Amino acid sequence: MDWQGQKLAEQIMQIMLLVFAVTAFVAGYVLGSFQMMVLVYAGGVTLTGLITIPNWPFFNRHPLNWLDPSEAEKHPKPQVTVISKKKGSKK
Amino acid sequence: MHSFGYRLNGLLTFAVTILALMCVIASLSDNLNIPSPSAEIQIMNINWFQKQPKGSDEVSLRMNISADLQSLFTWNTKQVFIFVAAEYETRKNSLNQVSLWDAIIPAKERAKFWIRSSNKYRFVDHGKNLRGKEFNLTLHWHVMPKTGKMFADKIVMSGYSLPEEYI
Repeated sequence: MDWQGQKLAEQIMQIMLLVFAVTAFVAGYVLGSFQMMVLVYAGGVTLTGLITIPNWPFFNRHPLNWLDPSEAEKHPKPQVTVISKKKGSKK
Repeated sequence: MHSFGYRLNGLLTFAVTILALMCVIASLSDNLNIPSPSAEIQIMNINWFQKQPKGSDEVSLRMNISADLQSLFTWNTKQVFIFVAAEYETRKNSLNQVSLWDAIIPAKERAKFWIRSSNKYRFVDHGKNLRGKEFNLTLHWHVMPKTGKMFADKIVMSGYSLPEEYI
């Protein structure tokens, strides 16, 4: 997932869970059945999980442009020169 | 949210937190219910009324208990626990309570009932104070929720008395 996709996944997850929670509570209260509320909510959590957790393609619509490997070879990493100043040692 | 595990963890913790909130609201919704229960207890018969060898009075009685407790049930009720207690006053104690009978009502349909039974638990005094004693029979109930706060209340029925002499 890219950065935009992660943000989208988190938003979808939060909104879906809240919507399912409210729907489940209203359904349970109106029908007078606690079990109905729990079932609707559990179904909602599972559905939200299926949509937001796996790495679906629509989460990757703004991919990051990593540098091409052939391009990287043309610009070698600079070498770090170490100047050692140890006492009593000669190089 | 950059990996499967992170997203899974985030989803589960948020889902459980919201579930806890739903349970709190469900418990609060119980306060909207205004119950209107009714009950009546008749003492059909005093089976026997003796003084135990160690010295305490004991009585066995047969009761006809009828009640309509259907209005106590809400969508968030798991069961209702009811018990009948005899309450009386003695010289030593201002209040004596002896539990005579109890039951668990698991569903609204079973909450309107009548039952004829002798006392499940022994009606024994601390002493020899029961002769001619006037007492109340109180039906207590505890509404046990599926989640949240338990409500308890009672109906006091007065006017019962025991015989003057042992039977």
